[in-house]
Amino acid sequence: MTNLIVILLSAVFINNYVLSKFLGICPFLGVSKKLNSAVGMSLAVIFVMLIATAATWPIQHYLLDPHDLGYLQTIVFILVIAALVQLVEIALKRYIPSLHRSLGVYLPLITTNCAVLGVTILNISENYSFIEAMVNSLGSGIGFMLAMVMFSGVRSTIEGRDIPESFKGLPITLVAAAITSLSFMGFGGVIENLFA
Amino acid sequence: MKTLNNFTKGIFRENPVLVLVLGTCPTLATSTSVVNALGMGAAATMVLLFSNIIISALRKVIPDKVRIPCYIVLIAGLVTTVQMLVKAYAPALNDSLGIYLPLIVVNCIILGRAEMFASKNNVFASAVDGLGMGIGFTLALFLMATVREIFGNGTFSGVPIPGLIDNKISILTMAPGGFLVFGLLIALVNRSGRHKRRKNTFGCAGCPQADICGKTGCEDGEEAGGDD
Repeated sequence: MTNLIVILLSAVFINNYVLSKFLGICPFLGVSKKLNSAVGMSLAVIFVMLIATAATWPIQHYLLDPHDLGYLQTIVFILVIAALVQLVEIALKRYIPSLHRSLGVYLPLITTNCAVLGVTILNISENYSFIEAMVNSLGSGIGFMLAMVMFSGVRSTIEGRDIPESFKGLPITLVAAAITSLSFMGFGGVIENLFA
Repeated sequence: MKTLNNFTKGIFRENPVLVLVLGTCPTLATSTSVVNALGMGAAATMVLLFSNIIISALRKVIPDKVRIPCYIVLIAGLVTTVQMLVKAYAPALNDSLGIYLPLIVVNCIILGRAEMFASKNNVFASAVDGLGMGIGFTLALFLMATVREIFGNGTFSGVPIPGLIDNKISILTMAPGGFLVFGLLIALVNRSGRHKRRKNTFGCAGCPQADICGKTGCEDGEEAGGDD
């Protein structure tokens, strides 16, 4: 149990996907301007990460590994994720239209989100069990959401400030991201010591 | 002349990283050292070159409606090949690039060039475009890695630099340093005036998903659609 909590908290704070592993930078910089869309995007990412892990972990361990097809990992995973996202979108549209309205627009964007493919591959390379892999995906998703929500707050503060011409737009956003990322470095070592 | 222009636009005027701002994830993650940056650049250039060639050759065969899945499968196949080559001939590089090697599949630059260039141009032009973009990507990575390694680690491709090795700013090689150096470099590119008009916010223009993205408020709508 402790093990699972450590995995969850490390994924949220220490190995934060966006701020320390640089995965999912595109939505982080692209969709973080408004709080609403930041939350919508993050919820969709958490959702897709969980179902992607639930699908790819068994595929790797029961299909690819026994047949020595490990080298097909990348190609199989990306296809599974792409197909899954499509299916989920169709299913949501048909059965839960209210959820589709709030998450639907973000789903197609997630197919080529490196955080999703990243979490599925890392779950395999870290040798996690199925439960651990699911917990890690949940933690990574929550960490993504935390970073997105925090950063959308930071950005709303930057908005409308007097910024040097060359720094307008993306450069100042990146500098702000650097400071946000710096604040997350403070968590380093906390989790290990908490449960040591 | 047109060929030359095609080649150099990827390096300067439309540099995928510094001007179009695509492929930010690998740029930030693998630019901690010059060796990593060059390795990542070479791997991505190879994928980009061959994906452009193949997609351009098949552009009349691939049905329009399923083109994106087709491109992804092709690119994933190429990435797997490159992964195997790197594992076999440069195992050390494979270890240091780690997860970012398979993640070339979802690099926006590659899908972006397939969608924006290779699907509309002949094989030769696409090959030149892919090579130029790949070199532009590699150069931008190299530039970032040079700054981060020299000041953050006091070395250049592993060789210690006297005076700096004892006074290194370690934060530059860590995650925040990646964002900071990238931000400063883009500000520098803006400052150089060459791209004054472009006022880059985020590289939606070259992204194959720009359509969907614009609807979700991925940056200002006018930026996303500005290049079309």
